[in-house]
Amino acid sequence: MTVAKPLPHDAAALHVTGQARYVDDIPLPADTVHLAFGLSQIARGRITGMDLSAVRAAPGVIAVMTADDLPFANDVSPSIHDEPLLADGTIHHAGQPVFLVIAESHLAARAAARLGVVACDEETPILTVEEALAADSRFEGGPVIWAKGDVEAALASAPERLSGTLRLGGQEHFYLEGQAALALPQEGGDMHVVSSTQHPTEIQHKVAEALGLPMHAVRVECRRMGGGFGGKESQGNALAVACAVAARATGRPAKMRYDRDDDFIVTGKRHDFRIDYRAGFDREGRVHALDFTQLCRCGWAQDLSLAVADRAMLHSDNAYRIGALRVASHRLKTNTQSATAFRGFGGPQGMAGVEAVMDRIARHLGMDGVALRRRNFYEAARARGPSAPSGESRGAPPSPEDVSGRKKQGEADLTSRGATKISSGTGAAQRFGGAHSPPPPGGANVTHYGMEVTDFELHAMTDRLLETSDYAARRTAIADWNAGSPVLKRGLAYAPVKFGISFTLTHLNQAGALVHVYQDGSIHLNHGGTEMGQGLFQKVAQVTAERFGLPVESVKITATDTAKVPNTSATAASSGSDLNGMAAQNAADQIRDRMAACLAPLYQAEPAAVRFEDGEVVVGEERMPFAEAARICYMNRVSLSAAGYYRTPEITWDRLRGQGRPFYYFAYGCAVTEVVIDTLTGENRILRADILHDCGRSLNPALDRGQIEGGYVQGAGWLTTEELVWDAKGRLRTHAPSTYKIPACSDRPQVFEVALWDGENRSETVYRSKAVGEPPFMLGISAWLALADACAACGPHDPMLNAPATAEEVLAAVGRARG
Amino acid sequence: MDKTREITLTVNGESVTARVPVRMNLVDFLRNELELTGSHVGCEHGVCGACTLLMDGRTTRACLTLAVQADGAEVVTVEGLAASGRSAALARAFTERNALQCGFCTPGMLASAVTWVEGGGSAERDAIRAHISGNYCRCTGYQSIVDAIADVAGSKAEDAA
Ligand code: FES
Ligand code: FES
Repeated sequence: MTVAKPLPHDAAALHVTGQARYVDDIPLPADTVHLAFGLSQIARGRITGMDLSAVRAAPGVIAVMTADDLPFANDVSPSIHDEPLLADGTIHHAGQPVFLVIAESHLAARAAARLGVVACDEETPILTVEEALAADSRFEGGPVIWAKGDVEAALASAPERLSGTLRLGGQEHFYLEGQAALALPQEGGDMHVVSSTQHPTEIQHKVAEALGLPMHAVRVECRRMGGGFGGKESQGNALAVACAVAARATGRPAKMRYDRDDDFIVTGKRHDFRIDYRAGFDREGRVHALDFTQLCRCGWAQDLSLAVADRAMLHSDNAYRIGALRVASHRLKTNTQSATAFRGFGGPQGMAGVEAVMDRIARHLGMDGVALRRRNFYEAARARGPSAPSGESRGAPPSPEDVSGRKKQGEADLTSRGATKISSGTGAAQRFGGAHSPPPPGGANVTHYGMEVTDFELHAMTDRLLETSDYAARRTAIADWNAGSPVLKRGLAYAPVKFGISFTLTHLNQAGALVHVYQDGSIHLNHGGTEMGQGLFQKVAQVTAERFGLPVESVKITATDTAKVPNTSATAASSGSDLNGMAAQNAADQIRDRMAACLAPLYQAEPAAVRFEDGEVVVGEERMPFAEAARICYMNRVSLSAAGYYRTPEITWDRLRGQGRPFYYFAYGCAVTEVVIDTLTGENRILRADILHDCGRSLNPALDRGQIEGGYVQGAGWLTTEELVWDAKGRLRTHAPSTYKIPACSDRPQVFEVALWDGENRSETVYRSKAVGEPPFMLGISAWLALADACAACGPHDPMLNAPATAEEVLAAVGRARG
Repeated sequence: MDKTREITLTVNGESVTARVPVRMNLVDFLRNELELTGSHVGCEHGVCGACTLLMDGRTTRACLTLAVQADGAEVVTVEGLAASGRSAALARAFTERNALQCGFCTPGMLASAVTWVEGGGSAERDAIRAHISGNYCRCTGYQSIVDAIADVAGSKAEDAA
């Protein structure tokens, strides 16, 4: 078996010798020009004049471009064309690109970019969600509201009620490799772009628009990224388009990479949220009603914000079957960086919201957090087997958000998650939940968006984790320890994760692959997924090799290339292996079937009986090396190349009504984290984390473990040390790692026990595996809850801990707990 | 224009003489002039550790070091560590332990790890964590990196015993 082996990353040998090439490492033609943006210093206003003479006169500068110099589309948006490459008269945020410097070197371009003088009529920026609400500054007309049950009635009749407000900060991706792109002009005006991107097709689309070319004239390639995490889904567009227009203008290759500060200042981050909640429950801990109002700060452009805000709504139940649940989501437009995709894509914010409420209810009732949670879990899945079909039984109509009919042809990037456009209207109906509040569907184990939960694994997983982490004994020990420790306090918390897998924009759930078998039996593999470190390339190669009964070394992994596989979706939504693995399997199986049909009659065998195993092809009594089989097929004029295709079955989603089955399945996980805080300074440490995570039948346990460990640490970083600070003028003050603190090695848990749940996917995914890119990120919520638990040990009141729980916030929470 | 100066240094065992702008960083010199692109730039102000290499045997941030400061020095990058076999055991352990994902931090991480192992560092995990706390990794969560270094430090200690 090649599949399920814990093989190392495909490029490990290149990485440890320094040979792996990123965009910035590609040898450049001698005449390459280098680019830098001149950035806006103010957050909002009108440009009244620009003096760029000093920029033009600076050493090494070849040309300077402004919006007026762009020959075609001045737009890098993945959604509604509201994101000019260069400011077109209006300034929307501090750090917005205003002009483009083309110079002989990277440093010359950067130095010159500082010399521009941009005169503006400055306006008061809208920076916070409160300011945006007051100004009614939003995307989509009003709040989007999805609900199940009669929330007001359930709240009114509940024996106990709580309400409150929670703030969750944003997060900078801090992919270690900054954004970068390179454009190489070709004959006849064609353009070849190499980009550090999760979405080559979107880069192709935006470059084609900017050059006034059909997509066939633009080829985009990406071999690898030095980390992506969602930050290279749409945020690479600006660099690639800038390179393309500069290459067109100068006739020379053009390269651009952001300096780290520019990367912070220009690009979008995770959406920060304010979540207002009301909860109704009984004294046994059964939650009757939850009402969430999510204020989502989207920044200046729509980007992928609607889909992010949707996913936050979709994860507001997390693992809990709540009788009446309503989520109202406000997508607020502010004069800050355009918030964008980041691992989890809104899911973490929705989930953190409900987990904070669960904790608060548990403390209010004096119940253990795990006991309270389990009381509210969805019902366990029944006996193993393929998942029961669900959504369609409730007759959800076909998706109404297909944008193809609404936009002029060639405008919308249909492969973008930002393409979601609904007219939710502005009427009062939405405000009171009218248009978005259909009657609740029947069935007990159903989410607030009408999807039946048929694969719920968390009961058994929680049993196992509580046992392996020794939860009960540690809970008692920590209480005792705290009683004798006035200054240091420990905290312990459990958190479950139920994460929906599929793009919520249904048509994106498709993928292609291209497989060639050469006459010597070696195999070339290409597919639409991109490699950002997650190990996707290796997993898909394992699947391909497995189909031919070959070791993975037989398969050559090649760079993602829009000329080989077209119309790809972003490598996002954790979908990479699910979609591309299946597409590659489909391609391999086509070739395998053709080979079997060719070989069987030569050896008096049935094609169905031909086997590909252990590097050989078995045809009746005959065994031959795979290479020999390939040679025979070639000599018999059999095509040994195939384009594979896959689309996820069974999903259906009516975004307008908030009803359907948006996810093919759920991935599960749970974590127990222990922390200690210093109540005098707020300083804190993660002492121990125990994780049990569900990867289905893992395609590669080593790579999956890496995703789990890395995801947890990144999630804990979001909720603890990673703090973004904007000043009163809307300037981001934490724009480098010197002020923005991601977890260092010394910050990770001292004891870190990670185990994979030995289940299999109940849905028919590739080898019954489950997606693993995003779900483990949310295991980090347990670290934040543990900090709240430690703060709660300081006094009788609820600490109402916000995120990020920096030392400052922990100190404040200790104060709130003491009252 | 920038002032320039001639420098002579040893890079991965080979003597190199070049005229460089006095403001040029060592990492830019290595990457752009010598095409040694294994040393990466992550932050260019000395925090992330992606550019870490060995200069006269000590881990050095090549983004905070000027090329002219390396005049007369002995510089070893990830390419040199690999070619000489100095990092072979660590490279194997990083691969086996899956101590890399995107790999962007790996060259700097290896440089830091080499000084730990060659300096007789123990397999004690807390000490390893402290030693590499100046090298950021955004992907792995560090667990596998610490494991890999501990493997090599541990087997070295065994060999010595
Ligand atoms: S690039 Fe040198 S420390 Fe970050
Ligand atoms: S492997 Fe990506 S930063 Fe370390």
